[in-house]
Amino acid sequence: MHAIEKILAKNSGRDKVETGEIVMAKVDFAEINDLYLQTVYSFYEMDGEKVWDKDRAAFVFDHYAPAPTIASAQIHKEMREFAREQDLTYHFDVNAGVCHQVMPEAGLVYPGMILVATDSHTTTHGAFGALGTGVGATDMATILMTGELWFRVPEVIEVRIDGMPKYGVMPKDVVLLVLGKLKADGAVYKAIDFTGTYVEQLGVAGRMVICNMAVEMGAKTAYMQPNDEVLQYVSKRAVRPYEVVFTDEGYQYSETYHFEVKDLEPQVAAPSSVDNVFNLDDVEKVKIDQAFVGTCTGGRLEDIEAAADILRGKKIAKWVRLLVIPASTEVMQESIKKGYLQELMDAGATISTPGCGPCLSAHEGVIASGEVCVSTSNRNFPGRMGSSESKIYLASPATVAASALTGYLTNPIVGGDQ
Amino acid sequence: METKKTGKVIVLGNNIDTDQIYPGRFLEITNPQEIGKRCLSGVNPEIAEKFQKGDIVVAGSNFGCGSSREHAAIAIINMGASVVLADSFARIFFRNSINLGLPLITCKGISSKVKDGQLIELDIEAGELTIKETGEVLKTEKLGDYAMSILEAGGIKPLMREKMRKLKEVK
Repeated sequence: MHAIEKILAKNSGRDKVETGEIVMAKVDFAEINDLYLQTVYSFYEMDGEKVWDKDRAAFVFDHYAPAPTIASAQIHKEMREFAREQDLTYHFDVNAGVCHQVMPEAGLVYPGMILVATDSHTTTHGAFGALGTGVGATDMATILMTGELWFRVPEVIEVRIDGMPKYGVMPKDVVLLVLGKLKADGAVYKAIDFTGTYVEQLGVAGRMVICNMAVEMGAKTAYMQPNDEVLQYVSKRAVRPYEVVFTDEGYQYSETYHFEVKDLEPQVAAPSSVDNVFNLDDVEKVKIDQAFVGTCTGGRLEDIEAAADILRGKKIAKWVRLLVIPASTEVMQESIKKGYLQELMDAGATISTPGCGPCLSAHEGVIASGEVCVSTSNRNFPGRMGSSESKIYLASPATVAASALTGYLTNPIVGGDQ
Repeated sequence: METKKTGKVIVLGNNIDTDQIYPGRFLEITNPQEIGKRCLSGVNPEIAEKFQKGDIVVAGSNFGCGSSREHAAIAIINMGASVVLADSFARIFFRNSINLGLPLITCKGISSKVKDGQLIELDIEAGELTIKETGEVLKTEKLGDYAMSILEAGGIKPLMREKMRKLKEVK
């Protein structure tokens, strides 16, 4: 069996599961973000009374943190009331950050668990050897009532990534390469297991970037076998004991794709589809209005560091906004300690509250008609970040910072290897 | 659930994501009718205005990809659609729709075979549809037993209410 199948088997009280089967599995942690007040409504509409386990469910206020409108303030208010009434042990208010960063930081993500959240990017937690998957509000309400959810045991695709990319080519470039090949519907209903020498040496942040975007290929979940760096991270934080799960030798993947990233160049997903991926150098000159470093894909310490390394002692182009939104308060504090935020502000960056920022056009830097944004985020659908007449290019933090400097989409690798 | 449906179609393209079905800037709205009025406004705001109850949404592949927002399914239901046909559906959108009692029927190639305004007759149980104008009959994929049981109950909410009631009786 694959590790993912073993996790599903364990949580559904069985020795074995088979691809395509529907199983009812226990959820180890359920997380609701602030877009989904419907979860609370559905809970009561279904005659829910008590959350099944007050230690295993939490709200994270990230999409509207802090509330930009009266309507979103009302959403926060009703969610807080629910969390208090239910006496939930964990709660992450507007001072926390993006759910997918906050959950592992709080020790609520660990190998071998099932984490379900009301957010499609819950695939991120494959980075920790956990089964993370997104659901909608009513599915979540059924979990809050019963502690379990039905799953279809997915086919598992292997995406093997070998080699070490050159300096300046980041995990975001690697996952865009994969996305360009598999396409937006390449893994619908399936799981993606990322393997290979590149993945084996990759740190926690890079793993999260790649698993995060697995959902952009339609994947139900993502998986990476935890390495030492992951286990060190988790062992310091996990709130519960855990067991690392391993895929059986000789497991037959439904498909295998192979990528070599030794010679990879910076990648970009051009408007308005995540799989519209090119070598950055093959894209014609694009003038930008806004550059954005942030979100559950590109707002970690490593991303902010990459931007600071490029912008240190320099100034961004006139008429360009550079928005830097750390993924969490912990990331923000670390970035302050290391001096990155000071350097970025000196370069002309606008820093904003940890959270999702303008990624889905909720607040904090949405873009106007005709404007162009280059972003470390994960989606460039029409209107995703504001006006339906705006354009989004997805790229690495290094590319975003280099572009802020020139005012045009810019390759961060100057004159080849640095 | 009514398993036979007749209606005229509106045809959408491939990879219509949830931001196009229901743009992020409207997510703070919680009233279902208001959500329905903004359905597909990321594609064209006129779609919801012109949509008549009983019309059928037809899309290409990977319909509903992107975010997990249940608003997308709520919007389609409250715009007045009682079924969606597509070449394929994205996973979370599929779960959300079935949970809310909206059948999503996969029919490979449908988006290139029908045109806006054409009348179709769908039989979910038989797994086929007829394009009235041409008389062409297409096979549709059948839904799994679990999905059908949710739809037959009118969505997961009545199903859960029943489950809760039984639990209380046992206690």
